[in-house]
Amino acid sequence: MDGSERVFDDRTPGVEEHEPTASVLSYTAGLGLAILATIGSFVVSQTNLLWAPGIPVGLVVLAFAQIGVHLVFFLHLGSAPDNTNNILALAFGVLIVFLVITGSIWIIANLHANMMP
Amino acid sequence: MLGRLSWAAIPLDQPLPLYAMGVVVLGILAVLALVTVKGWWPYLWREWITSVDHKRIGVMYVILGLVMLLRGYSDAIMMRTQQAIAVGNAQGYLPPDHYDQIFSAHGSIMIFFVAMPLVIGLMNFAVPLQLGVRDVAFPTLNSVSFWLTATGALLINVSLVIGSFARTGWMGYPPLSELAFSPDEGVDYYLWSLQISGIGTLLTGVNFVTTILKLRAPGMTYMRMPVFCWTALASNLLIVAAFPILTATFVMLLLDRYLGFHFFTNDAGGNQMMYVNLFWAWGHPEVYILILPAFGVFSEVAATFSGKGLFSYRSMVLATLGICILSFMVWLHHFFTMGAGADVNAFFGIMSAIIAVPTGAKVFNWLFTLYRGRIVFKTPVLFLVGFMVTFVIGGLTGVLLAVPPVDFVLHNSAFLVAHFHNVIIGGVVYGALAGYNYWFPKAFGFTLDEWWGKASFWCWLIGFYLAFTPLYVLGLMGMTRRLQHIPDPSWQPLLLVAEAGAIVIFCGILCQIAQLYVSIRTREQRLDLTGDPWNGRTLEWSTSSPPPAYNYAVLPRVETIDAFWHKKRTGRAPVEPAYENIEMPRNSPAGFITAFFAVVMGFALIWHIWWMAIVGLLAAAVTVLVAGWSDEREHEISATEIAQMERARLGA
Amino acid sequence: MTIATIDTLPTTVATELARGRGGGGPAPKRIVVAYGFWIFILSDIVMFSGLFAAYAVLSGNTAGGPTGSELFNLRNVFIETMCLLFSSYTCGLGALSAERRQAGRFLIFAALTFVLGAAFLFIEASEFAGMVEKRAGPSRSGFLSGFFTLVGTHGVHVTSGLIWLIYLVAQVVVKGLRAAVLRRLLCWSLFWHALDIVWVGVFTLVYLMGDFR
Repeated sequence: MDGSERVFDDRTPGVEEHEPTASVLSYTAGLGLAILATIGSFVVSQTNLLWAPGIPVGLVVLAFAQIGVHLVFFLHLGSAPDNTNNILALAFGVLIVFLVITGSIWIIANLHANMMP
Repeated sequence: MLGRLSWAAIPLDQPLPLYAMGVVVLGILAVLALVTVKGWWPYLWREWITSVDHKRIGVMYVILGLVMLLRGYSDAIMMRTQQAIAVGNAQGYLPPDHYDQIFSAHGSIMIFFVAMPLVIGLMNFAVPLQLGVRDVAFPTLNSVSFWLTATGALLINVSLVIGSFARTGWMGYPPLSELAFSPDEGVDYYLWSLQISGIGTLLTGVNFVTTILKLRAPGMTYMRMPVFCWTALASNLLIVAAFPILTATFVMLLLDRYLGFHFFTNDAGGNQMMYVNLFWAWGHPEVYILILPAFGVFSEVAATFSGKGLFSYRSMVLATLGICILSFMVWLHHFFTMGAGADVNAFFGIMSAIIAVPTGAKVFNWLFTLYRGRIVFKTPVLFLVGFMVTFVIGGLTGVLLAVPPVDFVLHNSAFLVAHFHNVIIGGVVYGALAGYNYWFPKAFGFTLDEWWGKASFWCWLIGFYLAFTPLYVLGLMGMTRRLQHIPDPSWQPLLLVAEAGAIVIFCGILCQIAQLYVSIRTREQRLDLTGDPWNGRTLEWSTSSPPPAYNYAVLPRVETIDAFWHKKRTGRAPVEPAYENIEMPRNSPAGFITAFFAVVMGFALIWHIWWMAIVGLLAAAVTVLVAGWSDEREHEISATEIAQMERARLGA
Repeated sequence: MTIATIDTLPTTVATELARGRGGGGPAPKRIVVAYGFWIFILSDIVMFSGLFAAYAVLSGNTAGGPTGSELFNLRNVFIETMCLLFSSYTCGLGALSAERRQAGRFLIFAALTFVLGAAFLFIEASEFAGMVEKRAGPSRSGFLSGFFTLVGTHGVHVTSGLIWLIYLVAQVVVKGLRAAVLRRLLCWSLFWHALDIVWVGVFTLVYLMGDFR
């Protein structure tokens, strides 16, 4: 009793109601890409493949890539208009996480620099 | 067996807490006895305690807030009195140990158990009605949220009677709040009480964001929502974003205190500044969580009582969302003096100045709404005008404090105390009281007495200025906050004026109590029979007062902003609609029972009664699992029943 | 909540529905529940960010005690990561089976997910126990407090997720894959995927960054 005929339906992360066969593909592709990203991270961190000062950047890039893979292939987040609320919520969350982590690091680093030797 | 709890926890040798305890306990017993003798328990259990109706929950939140206002105020008058008399050689009547607990309790209670419940209560009551729907997205969760908040309030009040409260101030900074310097149960009362109620608040945030974004009447696009719903959305987005930071911070302090971790300790690599940083990363959004719904109330009041639509709806929405985002970029202004250096201070100082801009835009919009309107000077409008003057002054002192060099002089002075009371009383309290007067008839079916309402307004206005203007001056003269003893006798005259102001505020509270009493006694003369006592503009005024449990028999079709105003102006003869069966959520004891076990667990953790803590936690978990099992969460009201109820209420 | 069908709505409203500006009336329950849970997940991510921030700030405060590179065993971390990643995969396949009402296949995938999640926890618990034995427990230094709390909170979430999975499997067995149960499974899989996302952050920022330094 909770559905109705609707021209236009919102989607939510994880809700997969269309094209079931494509979805097994979606999960498998996601798994494959995530494995690659993970191995890539370990290789970058443990070998000399990347110029040493660039390792943290490389790790962060690979981490973001893998999180993106999770969001798109496992949680079915897309850019269609019916996904706008989900993307906005995610963007808001990402902004807050960014502010809290980088803000804290910046502030504490400055405080630390001003501490007595 | 009972951890560190012993008979010594009861303050038998300290007269003040003992008397306070006696009064409170006797009062509670009297109320319980009255309810039992009158046989009201079945009614209370069925209609209120297990209710998942947003209207009932909203009322309970407001009652909680108003009752806790009395406790918070008692702390305030005790501090004012101590500061007025403990000058020079006089020591006053409150030893430092007590004074410290009192200012800590005052802040914690006022923020978490007065301001938050009042604001959340108003949002609970009004938002679903304004959106034209029947309830929030997760009604049972709503009940859980309320009862967890009540749990926190109960625990913090138990600290008056059993043991002592924190002496750290309402912020609980380490290292003072660490075990080394606060070994007793006080800080634990603070932490567990706020942690538990914080979970309730977070769930409210999730509930309302979902409700506002996913549950609106057909045709109500985002730009047709009432402005109160926009501010509620922004406030709840901030709750969802900020409260988890507080949860994490308190978890870290609790781990330090209970398991010997070293997040914020003096030794082994702890970093106290991180606590301050994270606390305020929550703390600044928190004050916007409080003020945004008040802004929303004032937008509704301004439009309704001037008989015209809110000036520049679009810029109001933009300003609200702007404040929401910016509020996360200013938090360091609470600790400019901690030593982050010029670059960091400059950035946050500039951001703090910028955030005043959208608020300024809002003030102009309210002014332009009133301008050339046909203003009806009811109590809510008085609070609106009082707010516009008072809040602007408070905001200006805030912008002053946002300049780091100025803050270096005024940080933690009485000037700061005056500033934040200025914006909280002038903004949040006036907004809550305006909303309370505005929506009371919708909730209970009769308006509040106007004379007592206006009297309470004047007392709150005059009282506020008398109580806090001296504090601005004292701050500039060098007085710091939280002083138990006043070293400089030249400060005393101003402190006496402040004391007088506190007494006038008390008169305001008494006027409110009188207003409620008189209104109930003479309610027959002020019945709201049409459901629309103020010639309102938004959908809630199209229902009866009080609305039926299902709010709307048929969800309204919305075609414009101010949907009800539009309906009234393009009024057609009402045709009886085709009623359909309605599914409404069933009542549930889950909220109350979970909260009960949360009290058990919280109390046990505070007193280190480990077996009891485990029992409480497991019982609460089992309650959640049992409640989460059933699928029959709703009951159906048949179309015929609805037709009967609607005909009865429309016929009246 | 019931609403009238689209044919009985006035034209203006019908046009609004098509334009997607949010004028379509209350959303179906499945969407409401999933979106609400998505918001809750985001709040949980913010809580983790507080713990991440604390870890980042404290990561250098070893107080003369052991550092990350002395303690971390990256081979185990890789195995843990693969366990959790594959459990996300089996969770997804389980969700598909549930959508198609294939209870048997769902239960198999749920069991696989459980085993993989439990394996993750076992490795993590052994790691923690090993560190405590080496006098590198959480009360040794600020760094270790940060480490144990961040990684441990993630582990507590995984544990709760497994308990929740058992509870939901019981519901499937007793009540079948009806709408209410499917909604709860949807929430569970959102939770499980989110935990894997947080773990990506953990293994990158805690283990790999900590070890290379």
